[in-house]
Amino acid sequence: MKEFACPLPADMGDTVQLSHGGGGVMMHRLLERVVFPALGDDPARAHHDGAVVDAVGGTRLAFTTDTYVVRPRFFPGGDIGSLAVHGAVNDLAMCGARPKWLSVGLILEEGLPMDELRRVLESLRRAADEAGVTVVTGDTKVVDRGKGDGLYLNTAAIGVVEHSLDIGPASLRDGDVILLSGDIGRHGIAVMAAREGLAFETTIQSDSAPLHEPVLAMLDAGLPVHCLRDLTRGGLAAALKELMRDSGLTARIREADIPVEPQVRGACEMLGLDPLQVANEGRMIVFLPAEMAEKALAVLRRFPETQNAVKIGTVSAEQKGRVVLESVIGTRRVVEMPPGEQLPRIC
Amino acid sequence: MKYLDDYRDGEAVRRLADAIDRAVTRPWTIMEVCGGQTHSIVRFGLDTLLPKEITLVHGPGCPVCVTPARLVDAAIALARRREVTLCSFGDMLRVPGTRDDLFRAKSEGGDVRIVYSPMDALEIAVNHPAREVVFFAVGFETTAPANAMAVHQAKARGVRNFSILCSHVLVPPAMEAVLAAPDNRVQGFLAAGHVCAIMGWEEYLPIAARHRVPIVVTGFEPVDLLQGVLHCVRQLEEGRAEVENQYARWVRREGNPAARDLVREVFEVIPREWRGIGALPSSGLGLSEAYADFDAARRFALDDQSEAETDSGCVSGLILQGRLKPEECPHFGAGCTPEHPLGATMVSDEGACAAYYRYRRSEREVPA
Repeated sequence: MKEFACPLPADMGDTVQLSHGGGGVMMHRLLERVVFPALGDDPARAHHDGAVVDAVGGTRLAFTTDTYVVRPRFFPGGDIGSLAVHGAVNDLAMCGARPKWLSVGLILEEGLPMDELRRVLESLRRAADEAGVTVVTGDTKVVDRGKGDGLYLNTAAIGVVEHSLDIGPASLRDGDVILLSGDIGRHGIAVMAAREGLAFETTIQSDSAPLHEPVLAMLDAGLPVHCLRDLTRGGLAAALKELMRDSGLTARIREADIPVEPQVRGACEMLGLDPLQVANEGRMIVFLPAEMAEKALAVLRRFPETQNAVKIGTVSAEQKGRVVLESVIGTRRVVEMPPGEQLPRIC
Repeated sequence: MKYLDDYRDGEAVRRLADAIDRAVTRPWTIMEVCGGQTHSIVRFGLDTLLPKEITLVHGPGCPVCVTPARLVDAAIALARRREVTLCSFGDMLRVPGTRDDLFRAKSEGGDVRIVYSPMDALEIAVNHPAREVVFFAVGFETTAPANAMAVHQAKARGVRNFSILCSHVLVPPAMEAVLAAPDNRVQGFLAAGHVCAIMGWEEYLPIAARHRVPIVVTGFEPVDLLQGVLHCVRQLEEGRAEVENQYARWVRREGNPAARDLVREVFEVIPREWRGIGALPSSGLGLSEAYADFDAARRFALDDQSEAETDSGCVSGLILQGRLKPEECPHFGAGCTPEHPLGATMVSDEGACAAYYRYRRSEREVPA
């Protein structure tokens, strides 16, 4: 950059910007250049949704944490309480772990209606019960009026790994099929439609849902799952790109095979968004050997949250780190991570 | 979305590509004017389906890209004022001004909000009477009616805390500028269908006649774009230079008279500076005298004291005039990326560089 008299912000910038939290390229830079170097490197820290650690006695535990700042707090198909459970449960599920224990940290702003807090907590409790996790510890802080945004939530979760597979990007192999657990883009569009100031209406519900049961069922069926990833911010595009970048392999996917609800597609066309980059909260991609695809799909389709699972492509060893999409008209293009946020604070 | 699927049908696309192949006997260079069309061409790889004789070059039709840096600076200066809420389309936030961008102003505490319509900005003004709400009104003829409506309603409803920072530009003068360049190589145009849906296509008749170029009003889907190319190629091969309408499902000869009237009432045609291209006479819209109170530049007495734009190495002017392709720029994907753009063509969803970066970066990977 030295050769230009460039008036742009320095590479990392001297202030944090919203796009540093968007799950895209900017956030990865923040992690790799500021967060990871400061915290030191530990082999247990997989670049994955949760960490798998060896506990005393040979048990393997999965451990994850996530913070929720979604606005609005209530949206079609969920709210910040259920989202906080599903997010934590799904991070554990992506390690192939059975979710067990949950912590809840509340950051409340002075003036938050008590009734709203109750509704969020009831929803959180219901989601936890449904997912079979128990809230075992927590913390509550209240900040001055104007210093928070009503309510922020943090959850951490611990699960038990009951299999001996090494599920993660390092296990991806040439020839693996890529399964997608359902249609994409609902959460991002549902939150967007519910947001104040966007004169935009749909009946789209967020896809927010726990995914541990279908995952555990695949493992119980003896399926040799190589990698799992839930689709969150940055959507399918960011999830695939991240995995390919970390594994050095190439994903080839077919646009025609990727389910997108007509209303989501319509909203994306109108707003200039790529459904591949829109957020989800209850969708995952599954990688496993090609010959296991049908068996895995049969298992997934037994569960309501993954009943529309489909095969969307394969992994190949050529050309490192790319995601290549065959378009509906048969041409090919690369799929990239969104640069920053498409819409801030969706989870 | 069945309707949309018809225009993304693989079989129809292949038939059209074959028809173009049969129609062509020698090399032709065709410019698609609108950045939305560029985006669609690159996203669907339509240029890769065309015979080698056809070169598509990308035009100036990206409003974010041609908004001058000093207006971005003005928006940033407004956003830094305590009393101002600056509303903008999301694209504009990352466009570099001479020093900063709106994201930076926002991260420093400026009240900058992304809206999807100027009417949303007007509602923010109504709901927050103590704030001065400014909408950053960029765009071609397509966004002019909505912006005109917002201003018109603000006046009718007596909303005194609403104004627009206006950077409206017009398509026909930009096409004239492309054709007038001494090294112009554009032989035919795909005109922007949505612009014509508002304005109609009569204003292209003198351009086609004067410069002997075919102009085909064209839509945005793969089938639309290939039909547009086919019409254009047939005209070129037959030596015709006419205005044709491929996008007849939306575009009428006279456009949308109600929208045109509203635009004519609220705005007047003025000279405009185009980023990367320069000043063009009668090439933009400014608020007419009757609505001058809603002009943020006047309300906040914005004087033009911004520094000259530093040479960032960006060649977006050449890109916007179809004289260079994004991949021909030495900074493309290296010193210039959507996160750290050297110019607006790398930022906007309608910018040619952003389209190439998003869909076609072959060997270059995101740096760690």
